[in-house]
Amino acid sequence: MKKLINSTDTVVTDALAGMAAAHPSLAVDLDLKIITRADSPHTGKVGLVSGGGSGHEPLHGGYVGYGMLDAACAGEVFTSPVPDQMLAATKAVNGGAGVLHIVKNYTGDVLNFQMAAELADDDGIEVVSVVTNDDVAVQDSLYTAGRRGVGATVFVEKIAGARAEEGASLAEVADVARAVNDRSRSLGVALTSCTVPAAGKPTFELGESEIEMGIGIHGEPGRERVQMATARELAGTVLDAIHDDMPLFDDLLVMVNGMGGTPLLELYILFNEVQKILEDRGARVTRNLVGNYITSLEMQGFSVTVCRLTDELTRLWDAPVETPGLRWGR
Amino acid sequence: MDAEVFRAWIVTAAGVIDEQRDHLTQLDAAIGDADHGINMARGFRAVLAALEPDLPATPGGVLVLTGSTLISKVGGASGPLYGTWFRRAGKALGDASEVDLPALAGALEAALAGVQKLGAAREGDKTMVDALAPATAAFSKAAAEGVPRADALSALVTAAQAGADATVSMQALKGRASYLGPRSVGHEDPGAASSVLLLTALRDVLAGP
Repeated sequence: MKKLINSTDTVVTDALAGMAAAHPSLAVDLDLKIITRADSPHTGKVGLVSGGGSGHEPLHGGYVGYGMLDAACAGEVFTSPVPDQMLAATKAVNGGAGVLHIVKNYTGDVLNFQMAAELADDDGIEVVSVVTNDDVAVQDSLYTAGRRGVGATVFVEKIAGARAEEGASLAEVADVARAVNDRSRSLGVALTSCTVPAAGKPTFELGESEIEMGIGIHGEPGRERVQMATARELAGTVLDAIHDDMPLFDDLLVMVNGMGGTPLLELYILFNEVQKILEDRGARVTRNLVGNYITSLEMQGFSVTVCRLTDELTRLWDAPVETPGLRWGR
Repeated sequence: MDAEVFRAWIVTAAGVIDEQRDHLTQLDAAIGDADHGINMARGFRAVLAALEPDLPATPGGVLVLTGSTLISKVGGASGPLYGTWFRRAGKALGDASEVDLPALAGALEAALAGVQKLGAAREGDKTMVDALAPATAAFSKAAAEGVPRADALSALVTAAQAGADATVSMQALKGRASYLGPRSVGHEDPGAASSVLLLTALRDVLAGP
């Protein structure tokens, strides 16, 4: 295993220290492993808190800043953070207008955030939780832990962040967060596995010409193993799966996201195919993101997230944002 | 059985978890994200440190502190679930400085109920509950029948192991493994495996291996 680390025990704290050094607008607590906007709390503004396992950067710490998250909690690699972290983050960003927890739908994240919300409630802080569950790879049924929260989490954090920045109430911010989640769907494909530093070897093996369809973001295997294909064919397969679940028409926000180990060169090739397919079907890709936004360490692969926009959601997407991971308008 | 005995359980459990860390991680790689062993080992190291300076005076206190520490240190689903398991067991034991077998059985029942309430898993979902539920039932039955301690504890572990073994052929309906659907079949559930380790440590401390 070749990784640019010092030791497997200090991966997360070393990375957080690096983020703190690189981004003076962030306040990083290395003991608690939380990242907050340095100028927190913002009186009268709804605070946005998210978090999850490390290894998905820039999600979530890289999205702390004006117009997006107020705080992010960093767990161990691929492991959800603990209630203590979430409670501390909630208190730090509580501006008296309540706090929104943005929670990706994984059992660990959901349970830990649930416990934290109860503790925050004990302390008199109003917390509303919104769960993201945009992944179409998993059937949402009684027979699974429900759909995973993946790429739409980025969209939710941005759009809800904009809504909060303009002084909306906790209920309004939560409503728009849910709307974004409900209007978004994703699917991911892995060309390789990834290696969790403490585990020392890849989580799974893929043959020379095999790919994993319906991959999650933690190196966990996906829906099925299939043969490698061209960018055009893969774009078609992924969009078919998304369209089957949520028909794609009108104005769309499309993210072609790299899992961490795939070159931007290839992501642009994919985006070209995705755009063509969608426009051939009569939809309009009016906004996009191409790059590494929600990754899985060094996994090679990509995910596509599509959100059906409204004028209001477009306005909030365009609103200024200033974070390490997304920056425009400021 | 006093606080010292329960501390011995936790110390033994921590040792076994650490020893089996790679095995648990491998089970979790097959149907999860390859961090169960790592997380549990880290959590139990923190528990040992928490129990160190001043051991709580009662068995209940030892277990509640164990549970709270796991919640604070493990993360993932295992933290809240095992944390709740130990906390509920500890709360059920109250502030008695000595507890007997029936009290322990009641504590394990309360612990299981807590886990099932939090995680909503039932037997057959391919989770820790598949080891804990039959084990708890077997132990309660043995304790109620007044069988010798060693036999009750033996029943506990045998049922736990059988439950964990049974998870191999199940399709996961909960947790990360459920994303795999049918591909989760043929692999032992990591949470069931770690439950067996914890209960085996309990037996070894209370009755000898």
